[in-house]
Amino acid sequence: MSARKAETVEAGRAATGRDLLDAYARMLTIREFEQSIHRLFLRGEVHGTTHLSAGQEAVPVGVCMALEPSDYVSGTYRGHGHALAKGTDPEALAAEMLGRASGVCGGRAGSMNVVDLEHGLVGCFGIVGGSIAAATGAALSAKRQGRVSVAFFGDGAVNQAYFHECLNFAKVMDLPAIFVCENNFYGEFTPMRSVTAGGEIAARAGAYGIPFAVVDGNDIWAVRDAATEAVDRARSGSGPTLLECQTYRHFGHSKSDPAKYRPADEVESWVARDPLTIARERLLADGTSEDEIAAVEAQTRERLAEAVDAARAAPFPDPDAERAAGYSA
Amino acid sequence: MSSELEFRDAIREALAEELERDPTVVFFGEDVAAPGGVFAVTGGLQERFGPERVFDTPISELALAGAAFGAAATGLRPVIEIMFGDFMGLPMDSLVNQAAKLWYVSKEQGSAPLVVRSAVGAGGRFGAMHSQIHGTWFQGIPGLKVVAPSSPADAKGLLKAAIRDENPVIFMEHKRLYSVKGPAPETEIVPLGKAAIVRVGGDLTIVSVAKGVRDALQAADTLAGDGLETEIVDVRSLRPLDVQTVMESVEKTNRVLAVEEGPRTGGWASGLLGIVAEEALHDLDDAWTVTTDDVPVPYSPSLEDALLPAAETIVESVRSRLGTGVETSA
Repeated sequence: MSARKAETVEAGRAATGRDLLDAYARMLTIREFEQSIHRLFLRGEVHGTTHLSAGQEAVPVGVCMALEPSDYVSGTYRGHGHALAKGTDPEALAAEMLGRASGVCGGRAGSMNVVDLEHGLVGCFGIVGGSIAAATGAALSAKRQGRVSVAFFGDGAVNQAYFHECLNFAKVMDLPAIFVCENNFYGEFTPMRSVTAGGEIAARAGAYGIPFAVVDGNDIWAVRDAATEAVDRARSGSGPTLLECQTYRHFGHSKSDPAKYRPADEVESWVARDPLTIARERLLADGTSEDEIAAVEAQTRERLAEAVDAARAAPFPDPDAERAAGYSA
Repeated sequence: MSSELEFRDAIREALAEELERDPTVVFFGEDVAAPGGVFAVTGGLQERFGPERVFDTPISELALAGAAFGAAATGLRPVIEIMFGDFMGLPMDSLVNQAAKLWYVSKEQGSAPLVVRSAVGAGGRFGAMHSQIHGTWFQGIPGLKVVAPSSPADAKGLLKAAIRDENPVIFMEHKRLYSVKGPAPETEIVPLGKAAIVRVGGDLTIVSVAKGVRDALQAADTLAGDGLETEIVDVRSLRPLDVQTVMESVEKTNRVLAVEEGPRTGGWASGLLGIVAEEALHDLDDAWTVTTDDVPVPYSPSLEDALLPAAETIVESVRSRLGTGVETSA
């Protein structure tokens, strides 16, 4: 039995071709999800605002490849990918965006505040840096439970007090936390370097004695490897790690933002490094057949389309049944 | 009975008993563990329960509250100390946007059972940034509970109830009460959101919390000499606010005075009178507040004493408002 267990662990570490094909499918699910939400927003079915993560899929999927289902993740208002990567059901997430009763939070959360405790998603936080705080706290529990806790946050969050207070706190408490900065080079509409003293993010962790790495966030292999090392460190009691995953969002900051502030050649060069393209080419190079990939793509698109259709057919929550319940008993 | 309990000991006993009772309870804050707290409230807890459950933290209020939220959402029952209530502006995001909203926004997937203890209130010559009471900063936030005990027995019973509560609780300990002694509690816990009638009378209802209740009790003795019998309601929690008990008292007395250590605009006292007026105008002959002026708490003893409600202020206000007492009776 123990030999079999060791074998499983080894397989998990090496990540088989099948795992990578699954990870590719999950990235594609997120891409298709974001494009569906974009269309539904334009049709007036998704309300308020929404922050799409298309282009950044390799970061949450790569990190979650290194996690156990019972580990904790805290995400941001650009959090659809965080939820889907950690295991949230696409239909329940789509229904949440649509404000339906079958949403993962019954339509109470919407796009920016999704919680899915069953899948270890402590929450997605509408305030920049909030995920860092939540993940630091979850790491206090995780330390007792033999789990780890991940914070996803953007480059804008590294100038929040949360970032500095929580990195210091996590280090002095030796917490099993992994701080994953999705550096997409723009805080809302403002270039990261123009508002980030020193211009470097990862190096800031060095000041706290926290191991750090700059990672190609569009390469799921690189993300997975860096995350695996950080998770091993956390689980073995050696404290937190900061990963700066450099990536790029294909859409603007939010639905009101056409992102005209980004130079065309910069956008082009990043789109050419689309994480899905990189992963697809790597799968082919590593021996997965075109047919196999195409079959997975077709199945993923079909399942996502079905999930969105089912979500759109679900009823809205009944306000009369929603009264009360301001407190947990 | 000789079982007199000091307020600060009541707090420590509540923490110790809940740490003993429930292994998921943890307690952390600035200088709370090895040093035992700046008001000497929490000494000995780390020795007894170990550094994994009772520990000192950096001076990082955002991290403290964030850690409490994240831990509470994932299986622990953290009690944190934000040393002075004035510091509560810093951790507000985790408490207001994260802890308070988890239960409702997640559609009841889970809640954040945490307690934030702070020393509050003026009268100690601590100046403008160490003397405020933050109850009203948090009173308007659905999902939070806001508690302020007035006696050692309530301090113990309410804190134990707060730690057992499934929701985030803001727990305020008035600095001028830490050395007050009183009877030990008769019950294991004191339920949150339930007011206490601490003196019975038929002429006037005075509503307050924390130190204001003690001031009102003192004032009531003097007013009794004027022939005015005062009923005193200690609301104990600002949220949930037990308006029902206040209204039952007002139905009897037809007059209500709310005493608040804090400015009138945006205060809980004026908010309470608004609700009473809305629900029970027919019972009211008079309703007013005793509060502070709209200024920060000053340092100089003469200025600070003049600002704060006290027994004498309450007596004067009642006499002048109702035309009773030695100065005003014809």
